[in-house]
Amino acid sequence: MKTRKPIALVEVKEFLFKKLLLLSGLTAIALLVGLFFTLLFKSSLSIHKTGFSFLYQSTWDPVKEVFGAFPFLLGTMITSLLALIISIPFSFGLSIFLGEYLKEGIGRSILNGTLDLLAGIPSIIYGFWGLFVLVPVIRNFESSIGVTAHGVGILSSSIVLALMIIPYSASISREVISLVPSDLKEAALSLGATPFEVIIKVILPYAKSGIFAGVLMSFGRAISETMAVTMLIGNSNKIPTSVFSPANTLASVLANEFAEASEAVYLSSLIELALILFFVTAIFSFLGRLIIKKWMVAQ
Amino acid sequence: MIKAQTLQSRLIQDAFFKMAMGVLSSLLMLPLIFILFYIFSHGISAFSWEFFTQLPKPVGEMGGGVSNAIIGSLLLILISALVAIPLGVFIGVYLSESRQGRIPEITRLCIDTLQGIPSIVMGIIAYTWIVMPLGSFSVLSGGIALALMMLPIVTKSTEETLKLIPDSLKEAAFALGAPYHTTILKVILPSGKSGIISGILLGIARVSGETAPLLFTAFGNPFMSVNIFKSANSLPLLIFNYATSPYQDWQRLAWGASLLLVLFVLSLSILAKVVVKK
Repeated sequence: MKTRKPIALVEVKEFLFKKLLLLSGLTAIALLVGLFFTLLFKSSLSIHKTGFSFLYQSTWDPVKEVFGAFPFLLGTMITSLLALIISIPFSFGLSIFLGEYLKEGIGRSILNGTLDLLAGIPSIIYGFWGLFVLVPVIRNFESSIGVTAHGVGILSSSIVLALMIIPYSASISREVISLVPSDLKEAALSLGATPFEVIIKVILPYAKSGIFAGVLMSFGRAISETMAVTMLIGNSNKIPTSVFSPANTLASVLANEFAEASEAVYLSSLIELALILFFVTAIFSFLGRLIIKKWMVAQ
Repeated sequence: MIKAQTLQSRLIQDAFFKMAMGVLSSLLMLPLIFILFYIFSHGISAFSWEFFTQLPKPVGEMGGGVSNAIIGSLLLILISALVAIPLGVFIGVYLSESRQGRIPEITRLCIDTLQGIPSIVMGIIAYTWIVMPLGSFSVLSGGIALALMMLPIVTKSTEETLKLIPDSLKEAAFALGAPYHTTILKVILPSGKSGIISGILLGIARVSGETAPLLFTAFGNPFMSVNIFKSANSLPLLIFNYATSPYQDWQRLAWGASLLLVLFVLSLSILAKVVVKK
């Protein structure tokens, strides 16, 4: 009798602990679902009022209560795409160089440290530095080739954005490249292939879908970056005409205008922008992970 | 037709490619050195006793410091850590304990998605969940926004660490008659301690530089405030507001704050690496 009671107590504790773990797992699900429905609910006013024209309407004028998100969608796409194009040679070069050529030594630690530090610097610092160092350089460049010299604009933000996503995309492609089986590489080497030929003819064809997934995820990362872009893009609600013109991204509009939005429709339109941003980034990261998972299972 | 290449040309091709990749990789060091040098050279001159102990002065008055932003940042980190660490570790334990099944699969997906959500969206969520009902900007709402960002990082590192712990450890504890919760809390978690702590440090490093979630939650405040239901300043917010201001003295404070923030974030990341090596 005396020993039975504690055991029953222990069993109750065990049961409660398992339920507590389950509950914490469910909390994560509830958080994401709650987040999504909060955005949906708070933007319903704007969704009802403007419908799909919100996406292709090109005027954003809070004073006249005209809300079209097209300039921001375009700005986001151009900025992120340009950043991705700038970053790819570097992140690709890094993952190849560290993965296949420089396998040990002090040079490797220095490059790894560089990546870690670049990844650790906060977004706001990139923005501050860009504003004071990069923007004057770009402004000089712009006046030397004869376009309106804003300094701030798509080009400046894309360069800083590229710098910020390089550590992320390099780490993904390194991981993908490291998953290429070494027997394949060794087989090619033993047939007399040079390391260059191994990379071009074995590693890249083998890892291509994984690398593609990494590019998708980096793109999602570029879209979600806020502060540095907000400081560098010039905040113009017009449709950008060239890579030098000031523009706005979804995230930078939110950062600039959310605090001053007082009318219900304005606030709701801004939250709809957040909903779009949420969707786009979620889709990119989901697709990227799905492709990597499929690729790993297929091997 | 297969183009016949001499061995010589193939080797040259390889050497050239290797050099190109090496040059591209090393080029990355330039912006890093440039950024760090610029922040150090501009920030160090702002450091003084006043910088750490005084409040920012109004426009036109020289001097002043960022003490309120330092306290505000620490307070925000404290709140976010108190919320995100226990929950994140528990979710991590849950995911590593139940590797198969529908609910863990969905939980994992949710955590991954949460990690990808832009920080500005987290700010808007904290605004609608906390600022709107309470009716004022507050440190609490900022802390919650940061906690939402920290949660996936803590969860992921806990899960990854605990997955690596051999099952035999758990079986040994069970064989001794230890109940499930004792096994997890006294055997599994302590043996994964360094990995979990490193994840927590990385999470703190990540959120302490975040600005976007604080714009409409902690909001900023020129005075000292330790009331978590009121708005307060923080280092990233101060950098944002002062960097974009036209006053040189404010910009000087912003450079000092940038240096302080960079030092804090980078030493946390280094500490996280050291912890995990042990």
